[in-house]
Amino acid sequence: MSEYIIKNGNVFDPVQGIKGDKKDIAIKDGKIADKVSSSAKVIDAKGMTVMAGAVEIHAHIAGPKVNLGRIYRPEDKLFTCTPTKGMERMGGGASIPTTFKTGYEYAKMGYTTAMEAAMPPMFSRHVHEEIRDTPIIDEGAFPVFGNNWFVLEYLKNHEIENTAAYIAWMLRVTKGYAVKVVNPGGTEAWAWGLNCLSVNDPVPYFDITPAEIVKGLIEANEYLGLPHSMHIHPNNLGNPGCYQTTLDTLKLAEGMKANNKFGRESVMHLTHSQFHSYKGTNWGDFESGAKEITDYVNKNKNITIDTGNVTLDETTTMTADGPFEHHLTGLNNLKWANCDVELETAAGVVPYIYSPNISVCAIQWAIGMEIPLMMKDPMRCYITTDHPNAGPFTRYPRVIKWLMSKKARDTQVNAFKHKDKVLSQTSIGSLDKELSLYELAQMTRAGPAKTLGLGGMCGGLKPGMDADIAVYNFNPDKPVADPEDIEKAFSRCAYTFKSGVEVVRNGEIVSLGNKRTLWVNVKVNDNPQVMRDINEKFLKYYSMTQNNYEALGHHFVPNPYALEVDATRV
Amino acid sequence: MKNPPALYLEADTITPDTFAGKTAAQIAELPVFEGNTASTLGRYFEIAGNAGTTAADTKIIVKGDVKKVKYLGMKMSAGEMVIEGSADQYVGAWMTGGKLLAKGNVEAFAATAMKGGELIIEGNAGNYLGAAYRGDWRGMSGGKILVKGNAGSDIGMYMTGGEMVINGNVDVHLMTHAEGGKTIVKGNAPSKVGGQMVDGTIFIFGSIDTMMPGFKPNGEVELEVEGVKATFAHYIGDMGERHKKKKGAIVYANLYKKI
Repeated sequence: MSEYIIKNGNVFDPVQGIKGDKKDIAIKDGKIADKVSSSAKVIDAKGMTVMAGAVEIHAHIAGPKVNLGRIYRPEDKLFTCTPTKGMERMGGGASIPTTFKTGYEYAKMGYTTAMEAAMPPMFSRHVHEEIRDTPIIDEGAFPVFGNNWFVLEYLKNHEIENTAAYIAWMLRVTKGYAVKVVNPGGTEAWAWGLNCLSVNDPVPYFDITPAEIVKGLIEANEYLGLPHSMHIHPNNLGNPGCYQTTLDTLKLAEGMKANNKFGRESVMHLTHSQFHSYKGTNWGDFESGAKEITDYVNKNKNITIDTGNVTLDETTTMTADGPFEHHLTGLNNLKWANCDVELETAAGVVPYIYSPNISVCAIQWAIGMEIPLMMKDPMRCYITTDHPNAGPFTRYPRVIKWLMSKKARDTQVNAFKHKDKVLSQTSIGSLDKELSLYELAQMTRAGPAKTLGLGGMCGGLKPGMDADIAVYNFNPDKPVADPEDIEKAFSRCAYTFKSGVEVVRNGEIVSLGNKRTLWVNVKVNDNPQVMRDINEKFLKYYSMTQNNYEALGHHFVPNPYALEVDATRV
Repeated sequence: MKNPPALYLEADTITPDTFAGKTAAQIAELPVFEGNTASTLGRYFEIAGNAGTTAADTKIIVKGDVKKVKYLGMKMSAGEMVIEGSADQYVGAWMTGGKLLAKGNVEAFAATAMKGGELIIEGNAGNYLGAAYRGDWRGMSGGKILVKGNAGSDIGMYMTGGEMVINGNVDVHLMTHAEGGKTIVKGNAPSKVGGQMVDGTIFIFGSIDTMMPGFKPNGEVELEVEGVKATFAHYIGDMGERHKKKKGAIVYANLYKKI
């Protein structure tokens, strides 16, 4: 395979503690190498910023609700379609890009790995077909467990070993990566038109509380020693005052310790924390709870978060929090699609316009800024937009601009129609901090890779790691003349490498590489009871046979990469 | 038109805005798609004359058989355009200003999401005249449309502003989901008039075969509309839809049917 040497770049690598040194990065046989031969192709990165490829820890980019969004929003594709050109197939969609476009856009911004945030197990085959059709980037998908009948029944009796065996089975048949929990209990309650808005609301019929579900899944996750922690979208998302429910949820991790061989140190990942950091009692007195949430997470080091930044765009919300989407359509009167309500989960899709003229939207934007600027450890706080919920992932360069430039934030605050309210209801006016490139690398590469259990493989530039590299036209030695230059530089890489293959050059796709589907293969002790429960439920309740349930074979997973876990006990 | 296409032409470059500042030779080089084949206007059209320096100074006369040409006048903001025959879909779609005259008929989706300007259709208009783009909830918000013949179904869908006058009849589904704007139909409407309307005004001079059940009789009123003085039966609705409040008072859509 080709050898490359990226010379003279300003390197930012938190894995090795490199903070902008001018260093050469060598690539050989798909990995970062100590050195290469003289026949290596030379890339001159003088005056440029070199980082590992970025890692997307949470985005909705593949699966039935994503595709439902595409189908029911032809207007999302109006004037946003590009025809076939060069290496790129046709694509379209502003907030819900089609699969080819998704891969190209991530790669052009220097992203090389992405996690599909919520996979409905019964439709894992659909998720994998879309992952297969998303070029360049490695992807994994998180099956949802927090409203699963098996999980609810086992955890009611605190049967951790059975829950763990079920999780192992589910990860294998769905080729899943992690334990995802969305609105625990509430999404099952939605099958009855109900919800669970606090961690103590019992789930109808199953009579288990969200607190018991979450604690049980953390225990099962650590029993197995999975690469990633339990990944949670807590109850009561998006409601003024929800910060209290978030704190109640975070407290469930107290005293829990990470157990795994992948370098992960946390037991709970709180996702799109912006949506879960609201104080106030209604939309009139709505204010930021970012301080309360970041204070708690700063003190409790076994928790990681991602931001869920609002980008002030017209976008599409889509989540397995089915009852929330029904609530949202009642608020904005826009078209609502409800789907995936089977044995295992639910989902809803509603368009949303985050207008800078609406004070609530402006405050949401400010909360998304406060959270990463108030988090003390950038290795435990990752940048996301919960794509497409708070904004399209293609806006990451804009989010980076805002976080790296107080001037850019001030420009945005001054442009708000209700600027005074934004300043009184949040602390954005007093936050002077500007993210450094090193902190950016921690929040978008090294941090998420570590928490996903991929810290040995990607997110850094240490020899032996995958040669996933992004080179940006951004000179750290020159003062930033205009914050727009930051957004411009991070929008289109000078070079992106994926597994040692040059995939982007001068912002254009030059190769599709050979993307992999990442999944976790857990070995557990034989568990005849769980297998019998699975067989019985398929016979009694499922609308398909077990044979048709599994995402098996080359059609669904053409290039699998399994992280192996041995959770057998003597 | 000198070379009628076998397939349809996507001629969104035929607007005063795109022609402005160009000579005939430059206009001939403008791109056009026939099906999925990229081509230039000069392959299909003889071009005589030069454009004005700005859109406002530019007048385009489209001659010949353009029944298979789509998007004529799309997104125009100023200037004038005359289509001497009949045209295909999306005539004047997304226009924001200027004057567009179609002497023949136009197919579906004319004046999609119109924001301003004036569109006159001397023949018949197809379905979805002045409607929102498929899937969108933001329809025609400004400008004026006059159809001298009949119009099709689903006209004024999601309308929020502007005005349409149809001298002839319309088909089913008039101003569905509208939140503003005004439509005057001098002929007849069969059914589904004002379904899910939240705000806006409809005048029907002719007959309505079947009224929507969500429209409530609200008395009679004497009005002068389009130069005609008459008594109109007034209905408010759609009662099955959500209702906005303006200055404390509940707002309904208004339907006036000439008695």
